[in-house]
Amino acid sequence: MIRFEGVGKRYATGREALVDASFHVNPGEMVFLTGHSGAGKSTLLKLIAAIERPTRGEVIVGRQKISELARAAVAPFRRHIGMVFQDHKLLYDRPVFDNVALPLVVNGVPRREIDKRVRAALDQVGLLGRETGFPMELSTGEQQRVGIARAVVSRPSILIADEPTGNLDPDLAIDVMGIFQRFHGVGTTVVIATHDVHLIERFPVRRLHLGQGRVLRDEPAATDAVGGPTGGSHDG
Amino acid sequence: MTDEKLTAIKRGFRARLDGWLERHAQVSVASIGRLYSRPLATLMVWLVIGVALALPALLQVVVRNLEAVGPGQGRAYSIDVFLKPKLGTARVQQVAERVGARDDVARVELITAEQGLAEFRVRSGFGEALDALTENPLPATLIITPAPNASTTAAVAALRKGLSQISEVDQVVADTQWLERLQALLTISRRVSEGAGILLALAVLLVVGQVVRGDIETRRAEIEVSKLLGASDGFVRRPFLYTGLWYGLGGGLLAWLLVAVAVYLASPGVAQVAALYGSDFQLLGLPLLGYCSLVATGAALGWLGSGIAATWRLRQLEPSV
Repeated sequence: MIRFEGVGKRYATGREALVDASFHVNPGEMVFLTGHSGAGKSTLLKLIAAIERPTRGEVIVGRQKISELARAAVAPFRRHIGMVFQDHKLLYDRPVFDNVALPLVVNGVPRREIDKRVRAALDQVGLLGRETGFPMELSTGEQQRVGIARAVVSRPSILIADEPTGNLDPDLAIDVMGIFQRFHGVGTTVVIATHDVHLIERFPVRRLHLGQGRVLRDEPAATDAVGGPTGGSHDG
Repeated sequence: MTDEKLTAIKRGFRARLDGWLERHAQVSVASIGRLYSRPLATLMVWLVIGVALALPALLQVVVRNLEAVGPGQGRAYSIDVFLKPKLGTARVQQVAERVGARDDVARVELITAEQGLAEFRVRSGFGEALDALTENPLPATLIITPAPNASTTAAVAALRKGLSQISEVDQVVADTQWLERLQALLTISRRVSEGAGILLALAVLLVVGQVVRGDIETRRAEIEVSKLLGASDGFVRRPFLYTGLWYGLGGGLLAWLLVAVAVYLASPGVAQVAALYGSDFQLLGLPLLGYCSLVATGAALGWLGSGIAATWRLRQLEPSV
């Protein structure tokens, strides 16, 4: 599903975020991307979403080589990817409903369909009934869940999250991670960048440890745990 | 089977069309709402565009009226053709008919030598002195009104030449100098009107572009998030295109109003001046089509200006995470 082959990314500023990263994520797999800040986690996620392009090597998502993605093809490509951000990136002048509906509106989904799917997505993150509220009226954890609902509302095949629990207290973090795991359970490929050690301990899924712009360690999921490299397992 | 397929295709097309219409209706209404939420700023933009469009339109009105004053309408313009003396009445009549048959002649008025003398007797007051003449010294005269299609200086020159080549004609007199001056003035006015039109259209493009650029900056977060979620350039640009369209349309309507009011206010004064010259000339406004094209031009410029600005700015606004 996601394949990195000797990927390097050097920014215009000269900073080399990735040097030689190679790995492969199977369809339906859930992966933690770990490493201290500056290890290249965010850059790696940006490459998957075609927000950045590799300066070396090849990034292949689905069957699409990111380096060969035409400008006009970026938008349709991104509709297959759900993104969750540490700072939520919600629109604070719009109610929750509009925020969650945005990917569907962008995609030209009819109004009736939007209504149904937004409610379903909010239900999945436990926020049904909060459609008319504004993000500012919600707690940080709730805002993050709105962000997750927005990421999954268009049923993407890949879900990527950059430090989704960074601003949350441990209980909320586990809550949020549980939501991700449910999506993984229904076959979505999930890649989560995090440096939250406690969280990593609790969820024994595959870990890619980044450092010096490379994949230093690739630890497969614990066999007795939920989730697995082939994505065949399910939880409740 | 094929019927079912066709129905399915039709239904799919129908759904897509509905979706498209729904999106556009939504975006256009939303952009009106945005303008409504800051009425003063919107009004200022409308005024700027309105004035910029009204100026060349008013010049157009001036040109139109100069054209109307000119000989195009057959007003106060004629050519006097003096025939050779001592031609028989029948011959004179024949010449008058021949001249009247020309394409570039609208009307021929024949003043025979006798009529000419009688008129001269009445007007000049030389009645008794004229009695002393043994024979009528005046020639027969044709007063010719050129056809409307012969109002240009070239056509008038051609007409003069044609008339003077007739063997019975002695002299052709036409005061074409004022006509030439008017034509030159008209040409200049048209050029000025066109030049001003182009410059002010450019100004409208720049104004709309600049305002839309400001709009884009204030909605930057929304644009970036939309792009992250897979919004195409067209989707992101659409609300700004509508905003530009409304700016242009409003400006065009305001220009219509400005021109109409200006014509209305100037009419009594012009009528008064015309009356002093014994004319019933009435100031002409723009034809309905002219007003409509004024509004359409405004709308088109608004759309174009915002389109250029948005395309250019949105290309630079790639999302940063």
